[in-house]
Amino acid sequence: MRSANEVAEAAERLDVQRRLWLSAPALAIIFCAALGPLLVVLTYTFLTKGDYGGVKWIFSTEAWFSVFFERDMFDDTLSFADAHVSILWRSVKLSLFTTALALLFGFPTAYFIATRAENRRDIWLFLITIPFWTNLLIRTFAMMEVIRNEGIINSGLILLGVIETPIQIMFTDTAIMMGMLYVYLPLMVLPLYASMEKLDFRLIEAGYDLYATRLQVLWRVIIPLVKPGIIAGSILVFVPSLGAYVTPRVLGGGKNLMLGNLIDLQFGQGRNWPLGSALSITLMLIVMMAMLVYVRQASKGAGSHG
Amino acid sequence: MAVSPASGRKAAIEARGVWKVFQGAGQDSVKALDTVSVTILENEFFTLLGPSGCGKTTLLRLIAGFDFPTEGEILLYGENIAPLPPYKRPVNTVFQSYALFPHMTVAQNIGFGLEMLRKPRAEIDARVTEMLRLVKMEELRDRKTSQISGGQQQRVALARALAPKPKVLLLDEPLSALDYKLRKDMQIELKRLQHETGITFIFVTHDQEEALTMSDRIAVMSKGRILQVGSPHDIYDRPSERFVADFIGDTNFLAGVVQSFAKGRAQVKLTGGVVVDAMVPEGFTPSGKVTVVVRPEHAQLAASGKGLKGVLENVVYFGTDTHFHVQLSDGGKFTVRQQNSRDGVLRLEPGSKVVVELETNAAQVLKD
Repeated sequence: MRSANEVAEAAERLDVQRRLWLSAPALAIIFCAALGPLLVVLTYTFLTKGDYGGVKWIFSTEAWFSVFFERDMFDDTLSFADAHVSILWRSVKLSLFTTALALLFGFPTAYFIATRAENRRDIWLFLITIPFWTNLLIRTFAMMEVIRNEGIINSGLILLGVIETPIQIMFTDTAIMMGMLYVYLPLMVLPLYASMEKLDFRLIEAGYDLYATRLQVLWRVIIPLVKPGIIAGSILVFVPSLGAYVTPRVLGGGKNLMLGNLIDLQFGQGRNWPLGSALSITLMLIVMMAMLVYVRQASKGAGSHG
Repeated sequence: MAVSPASGRKAAIEARGVWKVFQGAGQDSVKALDTVSVTILENEFFTLLGPSGCGKTTLLRLIAGFDFPTEGEILLYGENIAPLPPYKRPVNTVFQSYALFPHMTVAQNIGFGLEMLRKPRAEIDARVTEMLRLVKMEELRDRKTSQISGGQQQRVALARALAPKPKVLLLDEPLSALDYKLRKDMQIELKRLQHETGITFIFVTHDQEEALTMSDRIAVMSKGRILQVGSPHDIYDRPSERFVADFIGDTNFLAGVVQSFAKGRAQVKLTGGVVVDAMVPEGFTPSGKVTVVVRPEHAQLAASGKGLKGVLENVVYFGTDTHFHVQLSDGGKFTVRQQNSRDGVLRLEPGSKVVVELETNAAQVLKD
């Protein structure tokens, strides 16, 4: 006769098997739609570019090489690929700024929602998600309407007499950042809210009771406890910002390229598919590295509040 | 500064005419405290006792600074602290849920208050060690608070609140989450800590037994008012109001008419015709119809004799004592509690005629 333990173990094994089948559709999609294309992209990075786009099936490391270096057209001397690196740097910089701003705006917003009466929170969360209902392109054009020279901000300021000539916001890094902030802010607020909702507000009272001022309570009690939310929100904003395509295209006016636009360029006018593929993989590696650092941080000090 | 005339001790906390109204949604508002005035002495174990919603926690939160009184003053050693934020009051709280910081170790929790007061590191470490020894938790210094048991968390919460040497320690039902055995141990432990530290403790509870066993003085609260303040002995033996008598312990209520009143004692003729010599709350002049209370253990049953006549309805055995429920001939009910002993157990069958004899000084007249 089998012991109760053995029976339980067998039942659990069966359960795991059953769950495996339930996850089969998701796994199938991951394999076909994510892993497969990724392998294609990875393969392309090691091929030679075709004359009119596409690839020739000849092995080459030229694409990886040109991610960071440029070969002079005439004498084959090498130089650092300034353009790529500066675009890369701008992408990282703008994404970091966007993430920081999203945190700055999202934190109080999430705190506000989490401290409302329970039956009111859903309404606020609902309002936060409204921008998601609209197409990204339309939202970006709406932002353009706000910041362009004849837009709401400039005409408002002129009307009030604060400025005489419009401030150039359109087609600058600021414009790209504002656009990305607007688009990705909900992605910061939602995980932050999820963390704050679990926050035991009596801990805040305990902080005040133990002589901590408001600022000290924020730094020593609230922020450490909602850290998982801060990390999740930051990842959710940073990652799509880094690969943003539409926003820099529309608000940056094509002269302030970001990585997404650079990649697009290689597959279009540039007719250099292997380079585009290599840049894509580079972007992915940066994202993965950033995630790794973040996740390390998260597991370091999150404690039981996860 | 107010000094209690009886003991000559200083007043640590004085509430003067404190009102607290919570503005609810729309028109409804809740009056949580209604002109509460009370003086809590230095080095006293003072308990606020009452059912949930009586305002005891509200009063504690006003002293801590988490809420502010709608009207009235709260004095800490003569200084009005009512408008100060909690971090500017030398008062610490032990929370019902403990509210330990889950992202800090035991030692970091205990040192938090001192750190916020910007004490030097060496002093903080020394004080944390001292506190850990006081609550007998030295070996758990570097544990996360999520890795220790409920009883241990309770001790850490106490150590954390005591570490900054508060002038008054507030305890909001700190034992309610513990199981029976641990609660008993902690009651003794709290008494010891109060004695050793010499800090004024203000303890909030709804558990009358806890209040009676631990307190120097108790304030019984109901519906936002303080009904009676006194030693556990006073509160139990000399309740001044029906609510106090009813809330604390079991009580028999008897209706009667005052025949005469002199020197704090009244002759009350009960409905059944028996006249009892009853004590009267201080400063109260009884007249006409009154209610008299008698504790079940302050009466005896007899087969015959002088006293309240009735019929024994049923007998309930409790191990240490036995409860006799008597239907009085005047229509009322009376419970007598007698301690059990190996021999000489009163053998009375339900249905038999009995007489309830009240002990001298057993009866107490109520104000209402």
